[in-house]
Amino acid sequence: MVLSSIDPALLLASLIVASTPILLAALGELVVERAGVLNLGVEGMMITGAICGFAMAVNTGSPVVGFVAAAAGGAILALLFALLTQLALANQVASGLALTLFGLGLSSLLGQGYVGIKPPPTTRLDLPVLSDLPFVGRVLFSHDLMVYVALALVALVWGLLKYTRAGLILRAVGENHEAAHALGYKVVRIRILAILFGGACAGLGGAYLSLVRVPQWTEGMTSGAGWIALALVVFASWKVGRVLLGAWLFGGVSVLQLNLQAAGVAIPVEYLSMSPYLITILVLVIMSADKSRAPGSLGRIFHASQ
Amino acid sequence: MTGDLLTVSGLTKAYPGVVANDAVSFAIREGEVHALLGENGAGKSTLVKMIYGLVKPDSGTMTLRGAPYAPHDPHAARLAGVAMVFQHFSLFDAMSVAENVALGMEKPPALRDLAARIRDVSETYGLPLDPDRTVGDLSAGERQRVEIIRCLLQEPRLLIMDEPTSVLTPQEVEILFQTLRKLTGEGVAILYISHKLEEIRALCDHATILRQGRNVGTCTPRETSARAMAELMVGSSFAAPERARGGKGEVLLEVSGLSVAAQGQFGTALHAISFAVQAGEVLGIGGVAGNGQDELLAVLSGEMPVAAETLRLKGATIGQHGPSQRRAMGLLTAPEERLGHAAAPDMSLTENAILTGAARENLVNRGFLKWDAAEAFARRIITGFDVRTPGPGTAARALSGGNLQKFVIGREVLQRPEVLVVNQPTWGVDAAAAAAIRQALLDLAAGGAAVICISQDLDELIEISDRFGALSEGRLSEIRPTQGLSVEEIGLMMGGAHGMEVAHV
Amino acid sequence: MLKLEKRPQPSQLWTWATPVLAVLITMVAGGALFAALGQDPVAAISTIFWQPLFGEFAFYYRPQLLIKGAPLVLIAIGLSLGFRAGIWNIGAEGQYIVGALAGAGVALAFYPAESALIFPLMVLAGAVGGWAWGMIPAVLKLRFGTNEILVSLMLVYVAEQLLAAMALGLMKNPEGRGFPGSRNLRQYDSAHNAELITGTGMHWGVVAALIAVIFAYVLLSRHLLGYHIRLAGQAPRAARFAGVRPARLVLFCLGTSGALAGLAGLFEVAGPAGQVSIDFNVGYGFTAIIVAFLGRLHPFGILLAGLLMALTYIGGELAQSNMGLPAAAIQLFQGMLLFFLLAVDLLTNYRIRLATKEVA
Repeated sequence: MVLSSIDPALLLASLIVASTPILLAALGELVVERAGVLNLGVEGMMITGAICGFAMAVNTGSPVVGFVAAAAGGAILALLFALLTQLALANQVASGLALTLFGLGLSSLLGQGYVGIKPPPTTRLDLPVLSDLPFVGRVLFSHDLMVYVALALVALVWGLLKYTRAGLILRAVGENHEAAHALGYKVVRIRILAILFGGACAGLGGAYLSLVRVPQWTEGMTSGAGWIALALVVFASWKVGRVLLGAWLFGGVSVLQLNLQAAGVAIPVEYLSMSPYLITILVLVIMSADKSRAPGSLGRIFHASQ
Repeated sequence: MTGDLLTVSGLTKAYPGVVANDAVSFAIREGEVHALLGENGAGKSTLVKMIYGLVKPDSGTMTLRGAPYAPHDPHAARLAGVAMVFQHFSLFDAMSVAENVALGMEKPPALRDLAARIRDVSETYGLPLDPDRTVGDLSAGERQRVEIIRCLLQEPRLLIMDEPTSVLTPQEVEILFQTLRKLTGEGVAILYISHKLEEIRALCDHATILRQGRNVGTCTPRETSARAMAELMVGSSFAAPERARGGKGEVLLEVSGLSVAAQGQFGTALHAISFAVQAGEVLGIGGVAGNGQDELLAVLSGEMPVAAETLRLKGATIGQHGPSQRRAMGLLTAPEERLGHAAAPDMSLTENAILTGAARENLVNRGFLKWDAAEAFARRIITGFDVRTPGPGTAARALSGGNLQKFVIGREVLQRPEVLVVNQPTWGVDAAAAAAIRQALLDLAAGGAAVICISQDLDELIEISDRFGALSEGRLSEIRPTQGLSVEEIGLMMGGAHGMEVAHV
Repeated sequence: MLKLEKRPQPSQLWTWATPVLAVLITMVAGGALFAALGQDPVAAISTIFWQPLFGEFAFYYRPQLLIKGAPLVLIAIGLSLGFRAGIWNIGAEGQYIVGALAGAGVALAFYPAESALIFPLMVLAGAVGGWAWGMIPAVLKLRFGTNEILVSLMLVYVAEQLLAAMALGLMKNPEGRGFPGSRNLRQYDSAHNAELITGTGMHWGVVAALIAVIFAYVLLSRHLLGYHIRLAGQAPRAARFAGVRPARLVLFCLGTSGALAGLAGLFEVAGPAGQVSIDFNVGYGFTAIIVAFLGRLHPFGILLAGLLMALTYIGGELAQSNMGLPAAAIQLFQGMLLFFLLAVDLLTNYRIRLATKEVA
């Protein structure tokens, strides 16, 4: 039986790797949406991050510099979205689509000279003792730094939203921007910051794809990961913990279908490749019945008139 | 303690096309209740927003306890000891009471300590409130308590209250007044905004009256008649609506055993509502906001279809029909929210005339719009109801509240409804427009139609309705003839004091 | 300090001036971009916008304008109906692919029989294919409340995989010596969407696009359904109050835009493209989103915007071959256009004023 060639420990370990890009992107988008902004440009920011990170890592030889550049690239693209929606008061759906189209064009232009190059390897961070544990060691404790950064970010955002005043204010702005304005909070400023954070996270997620997961640069390499991240936020009902669960679910699906392809299961490759997208639709179907958790002001334009 | 706490001199603020405040000056003394009186659109809101730091004046100065006072944002105002209770609450539905309070404070303590302090203050001032409850589940009166407690926790010197009683039952108003008197006893000054004259006479020490952005007089309400204040406020007097008492006719609309589950997280469910309206009468339905008014209107308009036999129009079951069929059969409605519900803000008046008039005014021919007929209909509404606008091509959002409301009511009245249901027909409308709208409703009833007027304005309902019922938590009280009802009785019909049963058993 | 003031009503002038302004700003910014890439900006801009129309080889490029413009206009018209109603179909690319597959499937099923009925049948199949693909997000939205943006987009990736599966499997040319891709429909007379007038680029897709423009114009300006579409987009609550059934609009808008995108795909695969191949789709479904907005969601505006965008495709290819300008630069150029459009759109609804120094 071909399936026996799949090693469960390796499968779970690669699940965690596969889930990291969408985890990062979805976490950023969650913060943006909790602030009441719907940024559909995640795909564009991710792919911009992917090429920025790739190019900088190749040129400097340092993956760390690459990841920093990716975050910056994603944030700069997000800034365009912030200017459009927060200052020019443009429709958020249209602006998000524009961001994605723009990001796809920009990344393939920037990526001209980088096709077919190998990036410097991102070193694995072996943790003493822990990494040597049987099974658990391979699944959890022998990954690169970014996996742990992503998990730390999850914890950080969770704590920030739940326990801090900054988190309270962010949620207030997303819940009812008129009331937040009436109490004297700077709605636009807070939202711009949230959008920049979302862009940086998406950029990191993209760079993780091009520097670790794949690792190389190809045009349009995110192939819908940004959109899956958006679906993940809906799946998670705007809750941080559930984003993590959802990312692992999607990571699992994509790893499993890749393993099935490799194991030579008698289903054409194309149909297996459809599965992450079909699963996303399925999950949306299951999770969309309850809309009550969505932030009250999500997607609405704010202009402090009179 | 009789020095001036806040002085305002020459405050001016202009918006494109309108001067909201024109050199307004007045002073509030320490420990007094100072009324700011004026019609809708007189500039009261702009004035208090300047005091609270939300709007910057074009010119003019303020002093607080003798020192120059120019808050650049609400944080600065709060630090200076100025707090505000908003008319349209500045609350966050999905958050707890404690979180809502914390958001309105400059340096809130940790949530657990805050909860304890909320309990303390709510006991001291007789405003029961559970800090852990979700605000979206609270009644309007309880929501207001959240706002008041949020202010009190900061020990303000000046408390601004914008139309605080519009969401309260008469019993709750009495409790609020006790709280406010207790506060003034402690030296807190209150700036009390209202257009209800009797209330001001009962509560306030001084009153400043605004008309069209100008200070047109100051008076001592207890020594001034309501009539004199009304004339200052409005500038001229209006004939009270007249009614030609016709006889009542057959039952036109009958609602029986209407129950609807709550829509969405913070909607109100309707429970076993039954009533009937006859030709020639006005049925008034009162109640505090959020007790099922919007839901009742949605059920009657057809936006929320129900079981067929729940609603009967002239004997025919109509519960299953949508808005279009009901209109064709003679049941017309006008919702509370003008912009976005009764009218599309960015569309012209002609297009808005089609919104409900398409079938009855014959504006459509085999699916194709008759633009000329639609424009003619819009013109008829404009002239018939004295809508002040450059013409039918103007966008709805460019009209003032009163003019748009006249257009919306006129659009329905001119379609000769057999039953007309209106929700808050004069909300946020100036006195002249309000009088015209009430007259139109009375004339319609006199002409043989049945009118259901849902409103939170008790004076309005007492003035125009033949029979009166009240909605409370989705239930409709017994319906009684309006004549002879006392305010006390009406208050009890509205549910008395929500969530304060302990104090009033 | 600049300040925004909401206009009492949308400005008629700016409604039509903003797209022109956006194009001009994009030309300037694009010129700067090309300069940064080491090209002469004026030469690049003129290669893109002038050469195809009036240059030496204009006779070759002008027909291309119709060939590339027709699918863009056809798809954008469909999308604009939904965008007006607040129903966001962004999966036109997928509906385009499935329409092409359905239409080509009919042709390949009949091969090599010749009949005048085959082409009409293909057109029908193309429309139905696109319609069906568009109905998936519609039905899921109505039944389960899923977001049509995400579902329609996911279905693009599914359709791309389906296309690959077809090009490599079921529809592969048995006489193709193992090369991926179907038989060439241009060599199959009954199925070929040939030029109607030689040398003009005019094919049935162009005719369909023009009909769609007129149909959409009449619908939006004269018909109650069009009025309801506009109403639902501007004020959803008022639309329900007026008696509009949102479910019907969702079905109509997603169905119509799917069918039009499917038609565009069919006309492309049976004509200019000629065969089902892995990279048969070139992103018209996404570019049409830009076309729809650039045309202000107005049918005639979309017609002009579609031609302009077709020009950037043709001019872009020209600049690519003549000046070595990367293809991605054109893609970026198109993305910038949408950006600038959304930014200057502000002028339609707001007035910008120099705020006088605040006196506090």
